[in-house]
Amino acid sequence: MNKLDSLESQSVYILREAYREFKSLAMLWSIGKDSTVLLWLARKAFFGHVPFPLVHIDTSFKIPEMIKYRDELALKWKLNMVYGQNKAALEARKTYPDGAIDRISCCKALKTDALRNTLAGTWPRYRINHQIGKYELDSNTEPYTGVIVGVRADEEGSRSKERYFSPRDRNNDWDVGDQPPELWNQFKTDFAPGTHLRIHPLLDWTELDIWEYIARENIPVVPLYFDQGTGKRYRSLGCYPCTSPVESTAKNILEIIEELKSGKFKNIAERAGRAQDKDDGGGLETLRRDGYM
Amino acid sequence: MKTPNLENLREQMNIVIVGHVDHGKSTLVGRLLADTGSLPQGKLEEVKARCARNAKPFEYAFLLDALKDEQSQGITIDTARSFFKSKKRDYIIIDAPGHIEFLKNMITGAARAQAALLVIDADEGIKENSKRHGYMMSFLGIKNLTVCVNKMDLAGYDQKVFEKIKTDYSKFLKEVNLEAVSFIPIAAREGDNIVSLSKNMPWYQGVCALEALDAFKKALPKDEQPFRMPVQDVYKFTAQDDDRRIFAGRIESGTIESGAEVIFLPSLKKSRIKSIESFNTSQKEKVFAGQSAGFCLETQVYIRPGEIMCKVSDKLPDVSLKIKANVFWMGKQPFVEGKTYKLKIATQHVPVVLSEIVSVMNASELSFAAKPHVDRHEVAECILETMKPVAFDKALDIPETGRFVIVDNYEISGGGVILSAVADQATSLNEHIRKREFDWERSHITPEKRAHKYEHKSALIVLAGQIDTGKQRIAKALEEELFRLGKFTYFLGISNRLALASADVKDKTLSRFEHIQQLGELAHILTDTGLILITSITDIDEYELNMLKSLNHPNKTLVVNVGENNFSDQGVDLLLTENEDPKIAVKKITDLLIRAVVLDPEYYI
Repeated sequence: MNKLDSLESQSVYILREAYREFKSLAMLWSIGKDSTVLLWLARKAFFGHVPFPLVHIDTSFKIPEMIKYRDELALKWKLNMVYGQNKAALEARKTYPDGAIDRISCCKALKTDALRNTLAGTWPRYRINHQIGKYELDSNTEPYTGVIVGVRADEEGSRSKERYFSPRDRNNDWDVGDQPPELWNQFKTDFAPGTHLRIHPLLDWTELDIWEYIARENIPVVPLYFDQGTGKRYRSLGCYPCTSPVESTAKNILEIIEELKSGKFKNIAERAGRAQDKDDGGGLETLRRDGYM
Repeated sequence: MKTPNLENLREQMNIVIVGHVDHGKSTLVGRLLADTGSLPQGKLEEVKARCARNAKPFEYAFLLDALKDEQSQGITIDTARSFFKSKKRDYIIIDAPGHIEFLKNMITGAARAQAALLVIDADEGIKENSKRHGYMMSFLGIKNLTVCVNKMDLAGYDQKVFEKIKTDYSKFLKEVNLEAVSFIPIAAREGDNIVSLSKNMPWYQGVCALEALDAFKKALPKDEQPFRMPVQDVYKFTAQDDDRRIFAGRIESGTIESGAEVIFLPSLKKSRIKSIESFNTSQKEKVFAGQSAGFCLETQVYIRPGEIMCKVSDKLPDVSLKIKANVFWMGKQPFVEGKTYKLKIATQHVPVVLSEIVSVMNASELSFAAKPHVDRHEVAECILETMKPVAFDKALDIPETGRFVIVDNYEISGGGVILSAVADQATSLNEHIRKREFDWERSHITPEKRAHKYEHKSALIVLAGQIDTGKQRIAKALEEELFRLGKFTYFLGISNRLALASADVKDKTLSRFEHIQQLGELAHILTDTGLILITSITDIDEYELNMLKSLNHPNKTLVVNVGENNFSDQGVDLLLTENEDPKIAVKKITDLLIRAVVLDPEYYI
């Protein structure tokens, strides 16, 4: 088996374990390339089906193409698509783009808090109605206790230490020093009531693996990843006020792969274009301890 | 679009770096990354600048210890992955902590690796953890091991220091049945013998650390071994008119092709591969070890996830209730006899008890002791008894189906490798029943006297089958009918609800087992009183049913299956169709009771 085959097989194994063990399971879909690969792997694992809801946290500052792409795929692939957001913060304009708070606090409010409350079912969730192709208030407010997430170990330090099955307590806290052992594909799947689990099937993938897999499987991705004539493209997608495109003329997946392998991005960290990582020395870790992905 | 020249046709290997605390593991990894140009641009400069700002000397280890926690304490708490390429292959380097209290994290890192670099400080020499980690490599089955004798600069680059450690540690490794592929004298901080041979140690002519990595051999594909696919799940997605029933799992060894005859263990049910299912690929005719796969079968067999699918023509795994194994304990509470734990082996989950400790070993001293329990960080040879038969291989033959973990109170607390099946199948259940019968103080009223008086014999009637098949309705109708006829009868409604509720309240495996146990004891008392006890249980399997019958012994148990029959024929006394008219069902059951001489036809009429 080559490397992509082994990575795929392991991720599929993890997804099937998660599905077998958790009654209330959801998968986060950020619309980015990693979580889209994750979604594709779920279709692999379950033979074309995605037997759990996909949850998207809409900060309202996502680039519009992303939302369009999300809804097109949701309808085409018959996904059980759900989104949630921090309505209160948005309505009160307490955000970084509104000049009210700093980047880290904005991420916490629009992403972390929205995520926690959406997963817990304490804030409204909106579910796509495939008949009418529109979102409706979801009457199901049951909390999701197992959440599948597309983080990769190569993204930054704290992610490099994650388990495939990572428990969080009631407050979503992550105890880095006391993580469960994982031996020979036996994961922590037994848990006391109140525990939440984050499941990470993509930990062993690198950015290059992701793009090569997208190329091999012909997975549709948001066109923002490609240069559309401006000499710029997004390498990592987030909210537009905090994510900048990189200088690149890569127009398709093969050119991106070339750029990562031997070209200009060979040794430049992927999240270099994300401003919030740079605040506070270890901004992402601070956020992650709090429940950020 | 033209096919890309995929880098990923290259080989990948996971390497773990282990050793005693402060012997320089993270420094070695940091150095490997820096000297091979594998760091992100600017990372080295950034960390150097941060050190300068905080007025502390730069360390290569800081490159890895990205977490604030670790930077402040200067130790590695958990394993971190780094990605790294040589000319030959891609590596994931797993930096494992050296502190004894983080041993479970070290094990986690090492269990994921195909090869290991073990670091020993030349200045400090072989420490307790150097030995413990060496033993754990052997335990985990890692054959590719290179020992790096680090900090040679502090030992004056002295060949004698290196040779002494090499001799002593080789001797130790031999005792644990392991041999290092190579020993390398290095100074990670200075970069000696990391990516090229150092001028500081002209007496050393072996490989440098980077070459040692490339010299590790990948394990051969497991295609030649017997076919094993532990069933992870059985899928039936009805959405979009999909009527496939797919047996999904990963092939741990061997290969299989369409049309092959298969057998599931421990249930011994057989079928044939009708098709190999996959998404976004062309139709597959054959699949190989390492692949996550899915199969449709020619005949419908009912099995629970956990059974191992094997090829009828291959050597089959062992099936047993007793296993001899080496167990490494990581739990905060000791591993003790008599307590019920959960065993996870491949995809099987079963209740297990520690039935005997043969010996307990201190992994750093390699000394054995007789002890009544196994403490944290100890390794013990022991006999485990499972509460239902499990299928497995010896770890030496097929590691993937010969290794297990033990769960104690939600936590993975032990890891183990199976040495062999134990021939003695005397179970604690049989022992318990034997003792119970011995201790039971029988009344003067014999079962015969009761039967004569009540005009029927006692029995436990179990209505088995899947959810929503009308079992409960039939059970209640039966109770009413028997009561109307003046029989002493009772419908125990709680058992079905408990069996279902256990799915979300507690540990499914253990609570179900406990519940069946309680139910068996209760049934035994009630049937001993002369009652006809009726109950219905959803999704009870053959082994649980046998347990119930054993516990109800010597009193009679009759099994009525409603709907699809998932038992082998001898287990069931009567088959009813799903949602059968209760009146007809009751008639069939009372006929069964007459045939089984529970009801005497004379009294019945």
